[in-house]
Amino acid sequence: MLVSEIKEILDAEILAGEDMLDINIDYGYGCDLMSDVLAFVRHDIILLSGLVHPQVIRTAEMLDINAIAFVRGKKPSSELIRMAKLKNIILLTTKHTLFTACGLLYKNGLEGEEIAHDEDSL
Amino acid sequence: MKIHYDVEGGEFISAGVASSKLKKTLKQLGISPNVIRKVSICMYEAEINMVIHADGGVIDVEITPENIEILIKDEGPGIEDLDLAMQVGYSTASSKAREMGFGAGMGLPNIKRHSDGMKIETKVGEGTKLELIFNIK
Repeated sequence: MLVSEIKEILDAEILAGEDMLDINIDYGYGCDLMSDVLAFVRHDIILLSGLVHPQVIRTAEMLDINAIAFVRGKKPSSELIRMAKLKNIILLTTKHTLFTACGLLYKNGLEGEEIAHDEDSL
Repeated sequence: MKIHYDVEGGEFISAGVASSKLKKTLKQLGISPNVIRKVSICMYEAEINMVIHADGGVIDVEITPENIEILIKDEGPGIEDLDLAMQVGYSTASSKAREMGFGAGMGLPNIKRHSDGMKIETKVGEGTKLELIFNIK
């Protein structure tokens, strides 16, 4: 799914990376716990989160996550947006809740990380 | 190749700078993305731990053609019960750490899972030393 499609589905505003909306992303992960993101994410995902802390950008950087959608209308600081731009990470913000945003994307074909049947997971 | 990083304690916003720098260096050296990912996850988890629990410390990295060795040392409070700390879900992190999305008790188990070798020495009141090895080939 293209990031431009994700933007439409979530009725989202782009905060960073407007020139990168043609990137394709097939998986999504919704979480406010960066510890869990580091532990469970394996694919190239879009991260959906209500956490607007600089460590969200750091976590994305470590895992080569190209796009983050902030939920519940959360908007990060200009410093965080600047950090994302420097690291070529696309930032979106949507007024949907985490549950609804994930549901909308899943319904439209974005896949989730499957960890329930993964023997190698923690 | 040897690289040294100083990690400042209490700097919740800048935590991860050393991990970011190491990742950039490994990319420049042409290390495979799979190895870089494993190193990045472990280094970042360790750096965050150091900031959350130990008021910073030092990280020394040695890169040879065969492997990457990372030595993470702090002079923090040490880990009282290492077996407990290795358990998924156990955490003694502050509310400040939790506000930034950490302290879920996933750090050390996650480091163990993503490294090719892990040795931890800790003494209450003196600090913690974590040695990690990653095979390049």
